Amino acid sequence: MNRMDTALRELAGMDDLAALSSGIHDLHPGVKLLAAIIYIATVASFGKYDLSGLLPMVLWPVLLYQLSGIPVSLCFRRLRFVLPLVLAVGIWNPFMDRQPLLRIGMMTVTAGMLSMCTLMLKGVLCLLASFLLMATTGIDRLCAALRAMHVPEYAVTLLLLTYRYIAVMLREVSVMTDAYSLRAPGEKGIRFRAWGSFLGQLLLRSMDRAQALYDSMLVRGYRGEFYYAGTRPVQGRDLLFLALSAAACMFFRFVPAAQILGSLFI
Amino acid sequence: MHMADALLAPAVAGTMYVLSGTAAGLSVRELRKENAPEKLPVMAVTSALVFAGQMINYTIPGTGSSGHLCGGMLLSALLGPHAGFLSMIVILTIQCLFFADGGLMALGANVWNMAFYGCFLGYYLIWRPIMQGASPAKDRANTRVRIIAASILGCVISLQLGAFSVVLETSLSGITDLPFVPFAGLMLPIHLAIGLIEGLITSAVLVFVYESRPELLQELGTEKAGSLPAKRSLRTTIIVLAVTAAFVSGGLSLFASSNPDGLEWALFGNEEEGYAANMGLNEENFGKQSAVADTAGKIQETTSLLPDYAFKDSDSAAGTTFSGLVGSVLVATVAAGICIAGGFFRKKAGKGAEHQTV
Repeated sequence: MNRMDTALRELAGMDDLAALSSGIHDLHPGVKLLAAIIYIATVASFGKYDLSGLLPMVLWPVLLYQLSGIPVSLCFRRLRFVLPLVLAVGIWNPFMDRQPLLRIGMMTVTAGMLSMCTLMLKGVLCLLASFLLMATTGIDRLCAALRAMHVPEYAVTLLLLTYRYIAVMLREVSVMTDAYSLRAPGEKGIRFRAWGSFLGQLLLRSMDRAQALYDSMLVRGYRGEFYYAGTRPVQGRDLLFLALSAAACMFFRFVPAAQILGSLFI
Repeated sequence: MHMADALLAPAVAGTMYVLSGTAAGLSVRELRKENAPEKLPVMAVTSALVFAGQMINYTIPGTGSSGHLCGGMLLSALLGPHAGFLSMIVILTIQCLFFADGGLMALGANVWNMAFYGCFLGYYLIWRPIMQGASPAKDRANTRVRIIAASILGCVISLQLGAFSVVLETSLSGITDLPFVPFAGLMLPIHLAIGLIEGLITSAVLVFVYESRPELLQELGTEKAGSLPAKRSLRTTIIVLAVTAAFVSGGLSLFASSNPDGLEWALFGNEEEGYAANMGLNEENFGKQSAVADTAGKIQETTSLLPDYAFKDSDSAAGTTFSGLVGSVLVATVAAGICIAGGFFRKKAGKGAEHQTV
């Protein structure tokens, strides 16, 4: 399976998750977006050695994953994008910051090791929050929320149309890549002589496709504004969710919950 | 080069959102002024194409590795800087939301690093000046050379600036212990090679488009060439340069301020002069002698948006770390408990639903 097919499957998977029904799915998308941003900003604001302070932050998304019925395992597959980059930056910390901190048996834990682990955990937590947002919201509801938040129509419609056409383009590029590799066995990618024509041909076809798309939009009554179904105003339960999310973030940010919990048993 | 949320402090991420948001707002305003609704589907389809096209592997001759397409330059050459910038924002947003490629909080920084330089600097300072002198009808070979030169220069410069911004943003956020200069020394040469390859691939696609339908390229199409008055282009260039200068100088001054200032250095830095000792000064106590100052210091430490990376005394840290370790194990147990309880209740609810349907 090539990269395009994997991407297509992941896109379809996200649409399936967003179509599920739960209390978290039914929340107002704008409120969920705001709660996710508050959560991510709180996670990012923890000190680089504050691993034990950061760890309790995992409880809030874990609870929401369970309430929404979204499998956490699906989210962890996306770590292949996040972790290598975070690791590439964090891997230097154990070498640069060798201040000893704790001795466990024969191993000495240094400050650099601690800061690297904190960075990795931050990466995982931020991913948990943004994945949950999209898995319980979907592109249509997100675009409706962005319009309600007065994000310009031009940008929102572009986002929606691009999302729809990504699936079409991924399919086309996937077929072209498969056809090319069948005719050029043993080659890793597109050879130098075909660099321009391979994507160029598709680009020219796409320009004609865009004209056809615009004609069909006009035929269906497009007058410069898309209309979104199922939009509703913010209700009491949305505000309650936002308040609880913010309170949870503030509590774990300012109260060292893990240390207090640990000191009860020592 | 997609930055994750974990690599940025909230203050840096917020600043980058403001900068990218301003550029996006100006782009939307320009497109509204243009009033060309038929351009929207062209932008959407081209963005989707670039998204898919970035996944194609291009074999680099003579090596075992492969390169990818540079989206920013291609989009601004096809759609213009403002439409290209918006299209890149949409691509980066979808990559961030649906593929976890780049973080939600880091989106502003990613837009700046990967879209702003390629679309605005790449277009106004490289693509437009180079292509304006071309005569596509008379000298096709010369035009081809210009396209190749503009694409390679545009990709190399925009990638270098983008990589430098990544280093600057990460260093300002205090994430890595790697000093600024070695970090930049690591990132910039890698991105020089990547930029060169991306430039070649982008130029190959643009030359193909030029050979087939030259009217699709900005500054070459018969209707589009010279349609903007020279005065306006100069004004836009000055604005773009001013914004970049403000960003770079602001960033550098913030970076510089993390070093001890002159007064601090004079008091505590030159210990060999014996000045601090002679005057009875102690850095730990300096300026923190009242209860109010102590309280204010604590509040500042707790509420600071940029995390305080000063490491606590290792003795006290070791003491609290152990209870933290035990607490962390308990937190993990609670998290696992929530998962088990969630699974149990869902199974129960599923069984209940089955009974109802039966």
